[in-house]
Amino acid sequence: MVVRWVVDGVRCEVEVEPRVTVLDALRERLGVRSPKKGCDHGQCGACTVLLDGRRVLSCLALAVAQDGAEIVTAEGLGAVWRAGTGELGGGDPFGSPAAGSTAGRDSGEAGARDRGGPGSGETGRSGSGAAGTGPSEPGELGTGSEQDPEPLHPVAQAFLDHDGFQCGYCTPGQVCSAVGMLDEARRGWPSHVTADVAAEPELTDAEIRERMSGNLCRCGAYPNILAAIRQAAGGEVQR
Amino acid sequence: MIPFDYERPADVASAVAAVRRNPNAMFLAGGTNLVDHLKLGVAGPELLVDVSGLPLDEVAEQPDGRLRVGAAVRNSDLAAHPLVRRRFPVLAEALLAGASGQLRNAATTGGNLLQRTRCPYFQDISTPCNKRSPGAGCSAIGGHHRDMAVLGSSEHCVAAHPSDMAVAMSALDAVVRIQGMEGERSVELPEFHRLPGDEPHRDTVLQHGELITAVDLPGSAPRSTYRKVRDRASFAFALVSVAAVLEVEDGAVREVRLALGGVAHKPWRATRAEEVLRGGPAEESAFRAAAEEELADARPLAGNAFKVPLARKLITGVLRDLADQAGEER
Amino acid sequence: MTELDPRAIGAPLERTDGRAKVTGTAAYAFEQPVADPLYVHPVQSTIARGRIRHVDTDTAADLEGVVAVLTHLNAPGLAEHDPELHVLQSPEIAFRGQPVAAVLAETPEIARHAAGLVRVDYEQEEHDVVLRADHPQLYAPEVVNPSFPTDTAEGDPEASAEVEVDHEYSTPMEHNNPMEPHATVAVWAGGHLTLHDSTQGVHKARSRLAPVLGLPEERIRVVSPHVGGGFGSKGTAHAHNVLAALAARVAGGRAVKLALTRQQMFDLVGHRTPTIQRVRLGADRDGRLSVVVHDVVEHTSKVQEFAEQTAVSTRTVYAAPNRRTSHRLAPLDVPVPFWMRAPGEAPGMFATEVAMDELAEACGLDPIELRLRNEPATDPSSGLPYSARNLAECLRAGAVRFGWEERDPRPASRWDGDWLVGLGVAAATYPRYYSPGSVAVIRFQGGRYLVRIGAADIGTGTRTALAQIAADALGCGFRDVLLELGDTDLPTATVEGGSSGLASWGATVVAAAERFRAEFGDDPADGAETSAETPEDPAGGTVATHSFGAHFAEARVNALTGEVRVPRMLGVFSVGRVVNPRTARSQLIGGMVMGLSAALHEHSVLDPRFGHVVNRDFAQYHVAAHADVADVEAFWLDEHDPHAGPSGGRGIGEIGIVGSPAAIANAVHHATGVRIRDLPITPDVLIR
Repeated sequence: MVVRWVVDGVRCEVEVEPRVTVLDALRERLGVRSPKKGCDHGQCGACTVLLDGRRVLSCLALAVAQDGAEIVTAEGLGAVWRAGTGELGGGDPFGSPAAGSTAGRDSGEAGARDRGGPGSGETGRSGSGAAGTGPSEPGELGTGSEQDPEPLHPVAQAFLDHDGFQCGYCTPGQVCSAVGMLDEARRGWPSHVTADVAAEPELTDAEIRERMSGNLCRCGAYPNILAAIRQAAGGEVQR
Repeated sequence: MIPFDYERPADVASAVAAVRRNPNAMFLAGGTNLVDHLKLGVAGPELLVDVSGLPLDEVAEQPDGRLRVGAAVRNSDLAAHPLVRRRFPVLAEALLAGASGQLRNAATTGGNLLQRTRCPYFQDISTPCNKRSPGAGCSAIGGHHRDMAVLGSSEHCVAAHPSDMAVAMSALDAVVRIQGMEGERSVELPEFHRLPGDEPHRDTVLQHGELITAVDLPGSAPRSTYRKVRDRASFAFALVSVAAVLEVEDGAVREVRLALGGVAHKPWRATRAEEVLRGGPAEESAFRAAAEEELADARPLAGNAFKVPLARKLITGVLRDLADQAGEER
Repeated sequence: MTELDPRAIGAPLERTDGRAKVTGTAAYAFEQPVADPLYVHPVQSTIARGRIRHVDTDTAADLEGVVAVLTHLNAPGLAEHDPELHVLQSPEIAFRGQPVAAVLAETPEIARHAAGLVRVDYEQEEHDVVLRADHPQLYAPEVVNPSFPTDTAEGDPEASAEVEVDHEYSTPMEHNNPMEPHATVAVWAGGHLTLHDSTQGVHKARSRLAPVLGLPEERIRVVSPHVGGGFGSKGTAHAHNVLAALAARVAGGRAVKLALTRQQMFDLVGHRTPTIQRVRLGADRDGRLSVVVHDVVEHTSKVQEFAEQTAVSTRTVYAAPNRRTSHRLAPLDVPVPFWMRAPGEAPGMFATEVAMDELAEACGLDPIELRLRNEPATDPSSGLPYSARNLAECLRAGAVRFGWEERDPRPASRWDGDWLVGLGVAAATYPRYYSPGSVAVIRFQGGRYLVRIGAADIGTGTRTALAQIAADALGCGFRDVLLELGDTDLPTATVEGGSSGLASWGATVVAAAERFRAEFGDDPADGAETSAETPEDPAGGTVATHSFGAHFAEARVNALTGEVRVPRMLGVFSVGRVVNPRTARSQLIGGMVMGLSAALHEHSVLDPRFGHVVNRDFAQYHVAAHADVADVEAFWLDEHDPHAGPSGGRGIGEIGIVGSPAAIANAVHHATGVRIRDLPITPDVLIR
C-alpha cells in the first residue's frame, strides 16, 4: 500500500506492507532517522514524533493507518517551526508545527516540498555520520552550515543550553515530546499531578516531570531536561 | 508478526460485517495495545479493520442527561474534556493516571476497555498461558505474580485487568453500547468484563464482530476521585487503585460507589463495601470496616499478599479524604 | 608530570555533538546509511540447559523474502573458541535465550516472522538458576574483576567488639538497559569486514572478534561514532556481533543489519549478578572500627566466568585491625554477566553503607560523625598514602548544603500529612583506573589540529572534554581542535570502562601534543604530524588514587501505601580536576539517578522454572522515570590530582551510582524506623 505523508515539511510517499510501523517506515524506508527505536513497544518514548500536531509513539502506529499524516521529527522541527512562524524570534514559538499550513490529513501544501522519488530508502539525508564533530552538513531543509547554523527550535536550543542529554538516543523523542507537551499545557489540559482536575493547570516543575514521564532517559538527564523545558516554556512555569 | 491485510471501512455497519465474517479479523483503533501484541506474537490476525476514523469520536450530552463518549474518542481528549473534568473527576483522574501523554493521545475509549492483562506469561509466547491457549496451564500461579489478582481469580488464571479508565467507569455505572450484526445492545460496565472462571481466554462479554460504539455516563459524580498506587511515580500500571464516589449528608453516607483496580480480572466493583457503608456514618472506622468486608474473600498468592492490606488502606484513605472534602465544603 | 595550564579545561563548554543530538542527526549504529541491506533476527533457545535435538528451518526458509536461515548445522565456522561468542557452532545449550538460529531477510518484518517459524526440538536437562547463600557449588574464583584478589584477611576477623552489627544484605539481578539497544551493521566486501557498531571500545571489540572470526585485525574495521549509552554492556563484543558477522558472510556482499529487541537485551549483553552479602562491623563505644567483614555470594555463568568485585571497595573505604573480604561464586545456567556501571562498588557499597548506618545507630552516633571518626591516613587496601582522600570534606560540605543539622536523629519522627520524612547519608568510593595502551596522533592541517584516537563517547562528553585537553596541551584555541574518535581506522585506544577513558586518553593526547610542539614548534607546517602512546602511570605504585563522595538523600514514605519518593538528592565528590563542569555534572547526576533507580525500582526477575528473566521490557523492568526524579544536585571539591595524570582527574562516570542507593535506604530507615536491607525498596516491602 502506498502511504503519503508530509515529513518535516517535505512531501513523500512510500510503499509499505501493513506490518510496517511509522517508525520503521521513517527510519528504514525514508531515511528519516531522528526518531529512535528504544523498545519498539511504546514503553520508552524514544520514537516520539509529532503526528498531525500531537505527540505520539511512532513504534505503535501502523504506517498504513496514518495515510495523509503530517509528521514532524526532531530533525525537521527547527525548519518547520521557522517556516510556520515566518520569522525568527517573533511569533509564537510553541505554535503547532507548520503553523502556516493547515493541519490535518488533506493538505500539507504550505511549506511542503517534494522529496525525490517514491520512498525507496536512502534519500541522501546527511548527518554527522562518521566521526562527526560538528553540526549537520547543509541538508534539504537548509539546516545551515557549520559556521552559521540555522537557529534551532527553542525547545531544542534549550536542551542544548542546559545539557538536557548525554548519549543523545532518547533526545529526539524528548524534544518532540516536550513540544507536544507544551502545546497540551497551553490548551489547559490537566495532568495526573494537577490538584484540581477541573481547574486550569499551572505548569510547575512537578507538572513538567509528570507530563514528560513517557520519555525514559537511562543516562538520567532528567534534572537538566526539566531546566531546559522550563526555559523553553518561558515565564509560564512556576517552581 | 504474521502478515495481515488492512481495511478502513467508512461506516460502523461495514466494519462490523468485515470482522464478523472473518474469524481471523480484529478491530484496530489506536493500536497502543494491539500493535504491541502483534509484535509479541500474542495476537495474530489476518485482517485488521481500522475503526479509528469512524464517526465515533465525540463526547456529547444526550437528551436524558447522560454523557455519551464515542468509542473512538482519544483518552487524552476525554480526560481534558470540561464536562468530564467537572462532572466525573474520577474519570479524568483515572485516565490521567494511566500510561503516558503520548499513549493517551492515541488510545481510544473502546481500546482502553479492551486492553489485555500485563501478566508477563501472557505476553511471552514461550511460556504456558491459559488465556492465550486454553489448557496450556497458568505460569503465573507458581511464578512471578506480584502484579496479579487477589479477588475473583480461578485455578486457571490470576490475571489482573490493567485499565484505570475502566475502574472509574465501573464506579460510575457506565453503560457500554455495542453494535453487532443483529443490531445494538447495551451492557453495564460492571458486567462487561468477566472473571476468568473456566474460560480465561474470554476477557469480556463481547462476541466476535461486535464493536463498541460508545460508553454512556449517567448522572454526575462531582465528589469523586481516583487514587493509584504503583511502583513508579508515573508511567506504571496499578498495584492497587481505587475509584470512589461519595456523597455525605449530615455525617452519613448518602451515596457511595467504589471500584478497585489491579486486584482482579475485571475492575472490581466493591458492592459489599457499598452496602455496608450506605446510610452509615461517614467515619474512618466505618470505611475501614467496609474495606475489610470487601476484602474478606480475597485469595492472595504468596507474592501479592501485600495487595490486601494495601487495598484496605487505600479504600479507607480515599473515602476519608472525600469525606474530609465534603466536610470542608460545608 | 607536566601539568596543564587550564584554559579550555575547566570551561563548561557545550558538547560538540550537542546540536546533532538534539536534532536527531547524530547517526547511531543501526542508522549508518547502507544501500539495500538485509535484516537479521535471532532465534533463541527456550530451554536453559541441554541440547538441540532437531531444528526445522524449512517453513521459515520458504517464506518469501527470506535469504538464509543459519543454525549450528550450516552457519560458517568460527575459528578461536571464545565461549560467549561461540554462537551457532554447536547444539549445546547453556542458558535460556542463547541464539540457536538467525534469519536473514529482505525486511525486518519478514525476518522476525520467519524467526518465529523456526522449530527447535530440545533434549532438556535440569537447570539451576537460583542463587543461594548455601549453594552447594560455591567456589572461590582465582581473581575478581578485573584482577583483584578474591579474599583478603588481616588480624582476627572473628574478633568481637563492644558494639557489633552483623546482617545480610541483598541486591537483585539488574540489566544495564541503555536506551539504544545493541546493534550492528555488518558488511563483507573484498575480504574485509566492516562493522558499524555501538561499542565502548572499537579496538577492543575488534581484537575480541578477530580471532573468533579467524581474521587478522587489519581486515576488520569497527566504526562507532555515536553510542546510545552502554553503562558497561557495550564494553566488549557480544554474541550479536558474531551473528551479524556470520550473516554478512552469507549475504552475498549486501550489508546486514541487526538490532537486538529490548527483550533480547535481557539475555545477550551482560547483566549485574544478584548479590547476597554479609557485613559485620565491630567498633568500640566511640565508633572506632575494629572489625570489618564483608563476605559476598553472587553468581556467574557456566559459559564464561565473570566475578563481580563486590567487596573490593570495602578494602579501601574503611580501616580496621581485623578485616576480611571474600567472594564466592555460584556457577549457574544463566547468561554471561558483565560490567554494569560501577561493577563491584555499586552493590558492595550498598551493603557497607547501610551497615555503617546501622553501626551509627547502635553506637548512638550521627552517621556522618561515625565516618569522620574512621578516616584512615593511608589506603588500608594497598598501604600506600592516598593522592587525595577528602571524604571528610565531602561529608561536611554536603551536610551543610543539605541542611543535615536540622535533622532530628530519631527515626519515624517527622510527618508531612500521610508522609513520613527522613534524611540519609552514605559514603562512596571509586578507584581511579589508568589504562595504558592507547595511541594519539596529532596532525596540523588547514590551520587546525586534527587529534585522532580510537576513543569512545557513550554520553560521557568525552568528545568535547578530550578536545579541551588537547587544546590546552597544544596551547591553541578550542575551536582549532578537530577530534576524531570511534573508528578502528584511528589509532588504537583502550575501552571506555572503569571511568578511565578521559584521564587515560587525555594523558595520551597530552603526550602527543608535547611531542608535537617539541618536533614542530609553535608554527608548524601544514601536514606536520606526530603520535604518542599513553605514558606510564604517574601514580605508578607510589600513591593510592581513589575518588570519594558523600551522598545525601531525603525520602518520603507514605504511611498508608508504602510509596517512596525521593524529593532531594545531593552528591559532593572528590574526583580531582573536572575538565568540563557541564558534562561532569551531568555524569554525576546521571549516576545518582541510576542509583535512585537501583534503590527503588530495578529488579530482573528470573523465573527458576524457565530460567529466563520474565519481566523483560521497560513496562516491567522499571528504570526511574522523570516523575521519580526531583532535585538532584552534584558538586565537587576544587581539587586537582597531579598523580592522576595531566588533566588531573580521577574519573567521574561511575561514582554517582556508588553509595546513592544506601543513602536512600538509610533515609527510608530514618523516615520509618524500618531497616530495609534488600533492593529494590518497593511499596510492598513497606506495607504493614
